[in-house]
Amino acid sequence: MATKSLKGRVHELASSSAQLDFLSNGIFADGGLPTFKNKIKQTQKTGLRPKTLEILQLNLGYMCNQVCAHCHVDAGPDRKEMMTRTTLEKCLQILKQSSITTLDLTGGAPEMHPDFRWFVQQASKIGVADFIVRSNLTILRANKKYYDLPEFFKAHNIHVISSLPFYKKEKTDRQRGEGVFSQSIQALKALNKVGYGKMGSGLQLDLVYNPSGAFLPTNQQALEKDFKTALKKDFDIDFNQLFTITNLPISRFLEYLIASENYEEYMERLVEAYNPAAVANVMCTNTLSIRWDGYLYDCDFNQMLDLKVASAVQHLDDFDLNSLQDREICISQHCYGCTAGAGSSCQGSVV
Amino acid sequence: MNTPYYQSQDLKKFKNISDWSPELGQKFFDYYNSVFEEGALSAREKSLIALAVAHTVQCPYCIDAYTQDGLERGIDKAEMMEAVHVAAAIRGGASLVHGVQMMEVYEKRSM
Repeated sequence: MATKSLKGRVHELASSSAQLDFLSNGIFADGGLPTFKNKIKQTQKTGLRPKTLEILQLNLGYMCNQVCAHCHVDAGPDRKEMMTRTTLEKCLQILKQSSITTLDLTGGAPEMHPDFRWFVQQASKIGVADFIVRSNLTILRANKKYYDLPEFFKAHNIHVISSLPFYKKEKTDRQRGEGVFSQSIQALKALNKVGYGKMGSGLQLDLVYNPSGAFLPTNQQALEKDFKTALKKDFDIDFNQLFTITNLPISRFLEYLIASENYEEYMERLVEAYNPAAVANVMCTNTLSIRWDGYLYDCDFNQMLDLKVASAVQHLDDFDLNSLQDREICISQHCYGCTAGAGSSCQGSVV
Repeated sequence: MNTPYYQSQDLKKFKNISDWSPELGQKFFDYYNSVFEEGALSAREKSLIALAVAHTVQCPYCIDAYTQDGLERGIDKAEMMEAVHVAAAIRGGASLVHGVQMMEVYEKRSM
């Protein structure tokens, strides 16, 4: 398993344009499979356009204590990109002025950002209905300075969404690195201890499942039942909901698909599973993603491909919601990942 | 002529069996889909049974399909291998139990 990001390894797929080229060529160029644009044309009356903006997702930076094999961010300890305090302050201004109901902090490991606690304190005063922090779990046990984070989350009524690829060690460690499973279990116990995931506590702890290979996730409810049964029986761990997320063919997951010679078959599976009902609910229609340097994207995946919003407003400095809402959502073949089967989003399946 | 009898891409053409007999094909696939729905057995349990049977009938298409199905359902390699051993035990047992017949014939014909 790699210990550095694609960027750190100077891999050609570290370039977003190289990824977009790859996704536009091969089976999509020779007519083997329809492009996402053509597929949308066949099933939808119009292109993808935003609905009411509900979710503001801030990517605080790409630094992470893990180097997961499937990471769409290409995050890792060697990534130094981080949102500045000035940009964070601008995000707070937007939150104050808008009717955004969900604030979603992601990364990398957002907890590693030096202004993370300051920002959470400031943002929680604004009072968004749902304040999410996406935690990889192991960061909570990575260093003593993070040990009190469960209490900190509780004090600010944070909704914790954590990655746990599987309820058993083998699959988790193969995707996320040796020792990740046992550290994740310790972190979940620490979250449970302060009330997260416990009935009646009001402290929401959701888990995210990503398939550990070139296959699609199964029915979210069925898998949630399996996760709940196994985690309770083996570790006495409780959580609220499980979100199944399909791996999109970009960044390190694309690297894996190509290296394991699974790319074409995986894309065929995604295209075969295209579901027009999922298209109606894809997250890019109610989300805005902000990059560490203030640029705006339809979603975190488009951010990683550097597909900036197709609008006159492309940066936080020029933020104007009315102008932003009047745009088409940028698409490419990776979008098939969000429309396959029951659909996929940062909040799990959408159908 | 080096084309193998079994080709993985043929699995995707399974539905084409309806082309020459639409009514029976439709009935088969309706039945097939109903069989694998959640019932007294979970869809997960049925997937493991299908994997074991796939090994018993040694159908490469079915092994491909139900390994993939198992991965998607979160069935791990230990569970899959145990299912294959169930198939092997029944299959091996079916041979061995005939040993009783062999033993009886042997004893009857021997002095």
